[in-house]
Amino acid sequence: MKRFCLLTAAFCVVLVATLAVAAAAAPQGKLEIFSWWAGDEGPALEALIALYEAKYPEVTVINATVTGGAGVHAKAVLKTRMLGGDPPDSFQVHAGQELIGTWVVAQRMEDLTWLFQEEGWFEVFPEDLLALISTDEGIWSVPVNIHRSNVMYYIPENLKKWGVEPPKTWDEFLAIAPSLQEQGVIPLSLGENWTAIHLWESVALSYLGPDKYDDLWEGKLSWTSPEVVGVWELFGRILEYTNPDAPSLSWQQATDMVVAGQAAFNIMGDWASGYMSVTLGVKPEEGYGWAPSPGTEGVFMALSDSFGLPVGSPNRENTIAWLKTIGSKEGQDTFNPLKGSISPRIDSDLSKYDVYLQSAARDYQSNRIVGSLAHGTVANERFMNDFATVMDIFLANKDPQAAAYAAQAVAIQSGLVK
Amino acid sequence: MHTRREHLAAIVTILPSIILLGIFVYGFIANSIYMSTTDWGQTAAMSLDPQIESVGLDNYRDLFTGFLNVRFRQDLVNMFFFTLLFVGLSLLVGLVLATIIDQLFWGETFFRTVFLYPMSLSMVVTGTIWRWILQPRGGINVLPTLIGLPPGKFLWLSSRDQRLVFDWSHLLHYACWVLLVVLAISAYSQWRQGKKGRLAWHLVICGVLAGLIASRVLTRLRLLPYPEMHGFNDALWGVVIAAVWQMSGYTMALYLAGLRTIPSELREAARVDGGSELQIYRYVDLPLLKPITASAIVILGHIALKIFDLIFAISSPDHYPTSMPAVTMFLKAFRGNELAVGSAIGVILFFIVSLLIVPYLIVSFRREE
Repeated sequence: MKRFCLLTAAFCVVLVATLAVAAAAAPQGKLEIFSWWAGDEGPALEALIALYEAKYPEVTVINATVTGGAGVHAKAVLKTRMLGGDPPDSFQVHAGQELIGTWVVAQRMEDLTWLFQEEGWFEVFPEDLLALISTDEGIWSVPVNIHRSNVMYYIPENLKKWGVEPPKTWDEFLAIAPSLQEQGVIPLSLGENWTAIHLWESVALSYLGPDKYDDLWEGKLSWTSPEVVGVWELFGRILEYTNPDAPSLSWQQATDMVVAGQAAFNIMGDWASGYMSVTLGVKPEEGYGWAPSPGTEGVFMALSDSFGLPVGSPNRENTIAWLKTIGSKEGQDTFNPLKGSISPRIDSDLSKYDVYLQSAARDYQSNRIVGSLAHGTVANERFMNDFATVMDIFLANKDPQAAAYAAQAVAIQSGLVK
Repeated sequence: MHTRREHLAAIVTILPSIILLGIFVYGFIANSIYMSTTDWGQTAAMSLDPQIESVGLDNYRDLFTGFLNVRFRQDLVNMFFFTLLFVGLSLLVGLVLATIIDQLFWGETFFRTVFLYPMSLSMVVTGTIWRWILQPRGGINVLPTLIGLPPGKFLWLSSRDQRLVFDWSHLLHYACWVLLVVLAISAYSQWRQGKKGRLAWHLVICGVLAGLIASRVLTRLRLLPYPEMHGFNDALWGVVIAAVWQMSGYTMALYLAGLRTIPSELREAARVDGGSELQIYRYVDLPLLKPITASAIVILGHIALKIFDLIFAISSPDHYPTSMPAVTMFLKAFRGNELAVGSAIGVILFFIVSLLIVPYLIVSFRREE
């Protein structure tokens, strides 16, 4: 009996001890980086960490990745950690409203304006980009990469065979789509829900133009205005030329359809370039072609991954060193060629990038820059979450008026419209 | 007789688990119920000290009648049909497999393992595999081409067609119908068993329900100011198939164990009385398997009601025709930062599962006493 009590007592002691150890602060000399970069994107992050470790050999970097669901799982884990008062030293977050709407308004991030001044980053990051990642109170994260959202992909050889040219506007697309359909080709391939939102933002940008598109996110243009209803109408007409099995396809499978000659065009972010050239072995220019999505020539719809400085970061000095590394020209030109994205800096060394990325970088440096909805740049997470529902209802009933009203209600509830 | 020392030891031994359960299960249930009555999820939801105000039952009212929560209502309808089909088919397939295997002279262990094996996979693996098998351009749909037929066109997981469409604003009306059917079946079984007292009660309640339906009072009591159509989505078939594939082996094992516990004297007595094999199965085996069916319904039912991982793997999180309350709960709370609404969905799920489990527990306790 005695042994029983002893065992129980020992169990309690061990339990308490474990809790105590878990609660103790991490020792100096560490840096925990939280992200969802693993698999294909893992090597890029590892290269960046290697660069950091070479510069600061006394710091041990903890690479904490939570994979799956394009970041959905990582964000859920991050939220439980932050609410529990256990922030990582720095975490990956889509630059813009996804960061601002969740973490900045909750006063969980430190203003980095001083760091931008100290490092001279005001000169190297474009103004349009800085506007997207700042509020009146400060600048909140260091962008490490730029992806372009409004890109249309196709296989030039196939287009020649089918006798069509890449459309410059959606009207041109709607004009050539029936002839593609007659030849048994799906004019535009589409995947699951978020890829529809991805397509929608390109359609909206083309229909509204960059000024009104920005107005939409600043709450100056109502979601129920005739222009925005017009976006939904156009979007509905485009959907008629997409594949009916879209909801069960991933974005890769939608890209595969273009490469396999089952579909003519696909609109996707430029990670599809990396997917085609690295995974599928189709080379840019020779194998696949690209153009800005119809009607968006001269506008670069950007999204960016970034890292910030959470309030209460356990190793603040190490984190600041990390931010300096990832914002530096060397850091960005190490990371981005491997990640398949371009550097947000306008002074990056283009010779390290492939043909596609060089063309993207030229557009980035000369075009007007606007932010992406599907990837968290222009709207907060609550809006994005409910907009996915609005989109799925529209995909089912194709009712532009209802979608416009639902989106307006979501915009009001999420604080996008004041 | 137990000594005091033994009593004390027993209490000390059980104390840590009581404390842990108290905090991590019941404490958290209470906390979720409290959170669901607040507005946690406004602008600065993620601050260390969020401003939380009590809003009473607004979150619940909004979930059932709010304009933007149409997805949650479709989730409930999906969950209803999924649970019905999944539990029903798993029981049926399990029973058929168990009966066949019970008759085998050889290979029993082999087949038992084969059919039980899917259960050892996680739902995520099952979901991923079936997502591939049910691809519209591959898998099952190209099978007919092997024998020269045209490929199948059915969109197993991505169809947007709906059947049995009804107007949510008349929910109470349809709920009455469901209750009426359930009670009528129950009344029939009371009549068969000759329990007159209970039968009378059943008939009285059926009469009241029938009166309510006939009077059309409930259709005038609209939940929403506009019609909102929900129904059974064809895309659910894919999810049902995958889930049944995973769990029917389990029901088979349950039934097989049940069949083995039936004393052979009973069957022999029936044979002596001139019963055919079919009659023995119908009047001896099946009635004795009833308790197993009851346990299986509870176990499968609570899996179906809480289903999350399978949906997340087999379909995309925002695909409305196959969405379930647990998926929406996760997305609302951890993607949309609406933690109070997420809690409210969790509490609703908790009560629905309790409706299934609590009666079962009560019956089991009574039997033990």
